[in-house]
Formats: sequence, C-alpha cells, structure tokens
Amino acid sequence: MTSEKLRNSPARFGLPKLSYRVWKVWHRNFDVFTKTITVNFFPSLLEPILYLLAFGLGLGGYITNVLGQPYLVFIAPALLAISIMNGSFFECTFASFVRMYFQKTFDAIVATPISVEEVVAGELLWGATRATINATIVLTVIGAVSLTYKPLILTPLFLLMIPLAFFGGLMFSSVAMCFTAAAPNIDFFNYPSFLFLTPMFFLCGTFFPLSKLPLAAQGVAMAVLPLTQVVNISRGIISGKVEPILGLSPPILISISLAWIIGVTLFFFMISINLMKKRLTS
Amino acid sequence: MGSQEILIEAKGLTKCYGEVTAVDNIDFEVYRGECVGFLGPNGAGKTTVVRMMYCFLPPTSGELKIGGLRVSTQCRKIKGMVGVAPQEDNLDPDFTVLKNLLVYCRYFDIPRDEALKRANEQLKFFQLDEKRNAAIDALSGGMKRRLIFARALINQPQILLLDEPTTGLDPQARHLAWDEVRNLKKKQVTIILTTHYMDEAAFLCDRILIIDKGKIIEEGKPSELVKKHVGEEVLEVDYDEKLLPLLKQAFPDGDFERLGDRMQIFTDKPHGVFEGFLKEHPMQNVTIRTANLEDVFLKLTGRGLRED
Repeated sequence: MTSEKLRNSPARFGLPKLSYRVWKVWHRNFDVFTKTITVNFFPSLLEPILYLLAFGLGLGGYITNVLGQPYLVFIAPALLAISIMNGSFFECTFASFVRMYFQKTFDAIVATPISVEEVVAGELLWGATRATINATIVLTVIGAVSLTYKPLILTPLFLLMIPLAFFGGLMFSSVAMCFTAAAPNIDFFNYPSFLFLTPMFFLCGTFFPLSKLPLAAQGVAMAVLPLTQVVNISRGIISGKVEPILGLSPPILISISLAWIIGVTLFFFMISINLMKKRLTS
Repeated sequence: MGSQEILIEAKGLTKCYGEVTAVDNIDFEVYRGECVGFLGPNGAGKTTVVRMMYCFLPPTSGELKIGGLRVSTQCRKIKGMVGVAPQEDNLDPDFTVLKNLLVYCRYFDIPRDEALKRANEQLKFFQLDEKRNAAIDALSGGMKRRLIFARALINQPQILLLDEPTTGLDPQARHLAWDEVRNLKKKQVTIILTTHYMDEAAFLCDRILIIDKGKIIEEGKPSELVKKHVGEEVLEVDYDEKLLPLLKQAFPDGDFERLGDRMQIFTDKPHGVFEGFLKEHPMQNVTIRTANLEDVFLKLTGRGLRED
C-alpha cells in the first residue's frame, strides 16, 4: 500500500463494517443495567403512572372528548412514544458520553478485537433496547389501567409496540449519537434536550391533536420531527385511531411514518457511526 | 534477545494531528522476545507510537507491521495478539474487579470457564484476590495499575504494550510489575515499554529508543548508550569558579555540566581517576558515582521542562 492510499484510509465515510461483536458491547451495557436494575427500573415505573393520573384522570375529567376519545385514551399512545424517545435519546447522549469521555470505556474496548464502529453500533442497539424496556414499562401500566378503565381497550395488536419501540428507539439513538459525536462537553446536551426534545414532547400530537394546528405546523411536524411518526403509529396500534394530519387517511399516514422511520434510521445509523469514528480516531 | 524474527516493523511512520507532527517519519524494528523501551520527554510522541501499534490511532503515512500484519488493514488480528496497559485508568467503573476481567475476556471471545480460570490466576498473581468483589472506585491507585496490568495479560498476548506501567506505583507494586515483565520475557513475550523512570528502563529493557519531538534520536543497549554518551563515572562537586580551571586541567576530555549550585564532570576514563584526583585535592561535598541512563537522557534531550 502506498503512503498516499494510507493517508486517505482513516476516518473516511463509508458503510460501517460490523460483526457479531456488536452484541458484546450491547451485553456490557445490559450487564450494567441488570446490576443496577433497582435504580433503573422502579423509579421509571412511577413516571407513566403519574402522567396517566395527572393528565388522564385529573385533566381528563375536564376534557371528555378528543377526536372522539376520552383524554386518557388519547394520551396513552403518546406516552408510549415519549418513553421511547426519552429512553433512547438520554442513553445515547448523556450515558454514552459518560462512557466515552469520563470512563474511557470505549478506549478500553477498542484495544480488543472489537472495532470503533462495533462499539458505536452496540451503543445504538443498547439505546434501542432501553427504549423497548421503557415502553414495556409504560405498556404494563397502561395494561393495568385498561383492566379497570373500560374505554381503554388493548387488542392483541399491542404487541406491535415492542418492534415499534425498538426501531423507533434505534432512530432516536442514531440521531442522539450524532450530538454525542459533536459534543465538546456534557453540558452541550442542554441544546438538543431543550431545543429538540422538549418541543417534540409538546408539538407532535402528544397532549393535544396536531391536526387542529395550522397546516404549516402540521407539515413541519410531519416533515422533520421524528416523534410525530412514532406517535402516529403508536396511535394506530393502541387506539386504532390515527389523527388526520394534513387531511391524510390513516393507512397513508402510517405508511409515510413507517417509511420515514426506516429511512431516517438507516441514514443516521450510518452517519452517527462515521462521525463517532472520526471523533475517536483522530 | 531470543531469535531474530522481526515482530514489529515501522518504516517512515508518521502521525500528524492537524498541523502538529507527533511522530515524524521514524523507522524501527523489534525482534521477538525483546523488551524495547521508548524513552522521551512529555509530548515526544511515545504514547502516539504505542497507540498506533494497537490500531487505536491510524498512521498518517508510512508503514507499521505487527507480526507481519499491517495496522491499516489487519487490526482485528493484531489486537487479538496484543495486550495493552494504557497510561490512563480506563477500568470499567460499573463493574467489580473480577467482572472487569471477565467482561474483558468476553471481548476477546474467551469462553466463560477459561475466562474465570485466567481471571483467578491473574488476581492471585497481582495480589488482588481479596479485592475480587470490590468496586473499582474502592481500589487504591496502585491496585488499579495492577488490575490494568492483569487485564492486559488476560488474552495471553504475544506482544505487550506498557505505556508508563509503573507511574504512581509504590516500590512494592513496582517490583511486582518488574517481576512480571521479566517473567514474561522468559516466556518470549515481546514487550514495548514507555517510561519516565530510567532505572526501570535500564533494568528491564534489552534495547532503548530515545525519542524526542517525534524523532528517534538514539538507540542501543542501555549500557552501550551510557558508555557512548556519558562514559564511566561522574564526579559531582559544589560549583566554584576558582575550582574550574583546576578541574579542566585535570580532565581535559571531560564533559562539564553546571546544575544550579552543583557541577558534574563526566569522563570515559576507567574507574578510579576521580579518586586519584581527590587524594591530591581534598574537597567537601563530593560524590563519585557510576554514570547512568538518566545522564544520557538529560544530555540528549536537554534539561528544559516540557509541557504536555
């Protein structure tokens, strides 16, 4: 190999080369999670219960009809979508940054036969797993509520929430990892948290119908906000009623959101791995 | 030194960080079973060389082969046969001492039973057995270094990269590490060592490369380097201008160096010349000692302080 070729080889953008070793990185995080499950699991159980109580029953007492549904039925699928977003986004920003920057865990792993690309891919899959775990917790709470609250009916379709949580989580993880690749320090994550996550929390058809906003706002939410897509599909799965955003019919909306999630996930999965590789090897 | 099989080979190896050239077009070879020390002031490029050896950093240009494999294309195989003890503590604080070793074994595809066996052996050797279930935060600095050392050996590497392995260790722990290095040398493990401790380099290394500003400025066996650059003996006296002409006359070939209020005279004359001189000219506060690697190092790289 000439030195000219070598000069170009590091940090060149390309398809990441991955192997089964990705799961070893995932497994490391899984082991930490199971060790700290009492800290990780039980407190996160409280949050959806509070949301359902405060918004569903408390506020829902005054709002009896949203798109033909009781308020609790309207927000239940949105709470699932939010748990997916938060679970994966925080895992692949703050938690990944701590492992990379403070604990030097990535440095230790790449001294073994595992590559940088595989470390990052393992982190992304773990972020998706965290989203799935969080969604499962919320789903359990919603399931428990549905036993006593008649208007909330879960069909066997609810199992589809698991793959949605995983792939939606992978999407948020991949986007989050791009911020991690760019973060000079941990405070940097205030930007995506307040400027990206918080607006989505409110504006993606979560606590009030998106279809009641001006068309331009609906267009923006559909075009650039990932949470909108997850909420759309989640509504289809949990309540069978999808908001008529931009006047589109449910099958078309769901198809658009699915394609959106797949496309954006593939794109950012690749970009984030390349950006992280660039950061970690130069 | 073992056989003459070349295990590590660098040709025109260069690493730039932006505009800064950290390693500047260096060539070197390391033979199987050898222990080679990279000595150099802070920022000389030692750690960068080591990091390129285990594919942590890609070279900017030039060639680096480990066991005949290029670092640019065969990272996975290279990393499988190399053990790394990095300078900084990158133990996994989320796990206990034992679990650190077990998880590291998993990264190397070592089966669980074998992993447990190896981990137990290492913990015993490095006297960490009692701490097996302790959290990393609960370990002292010396224990952490020992665990990093143990972790570097867990894949039974052919090549061991030790980046300042004994920095911050107490003398007991340092001797334990030295014992292990000499033990591994007997097993034909090839060792690359960077260090600031000249006694350590002189004691452990078959060969030394002195590196400064990214270039190798000298190489050879420790004893040869001492003989070549600073001779046999050093006379240290209080600095005194009146004394200078007398000393210069007595040792016309000697190297004179002033260190604050002290003065050193190096000579390559055989042992005993200084004693003879002192018999004729008795003085206070005199030391005669054997020249060592530290004298060589300071002579070649200067006494100015280096920033990181």
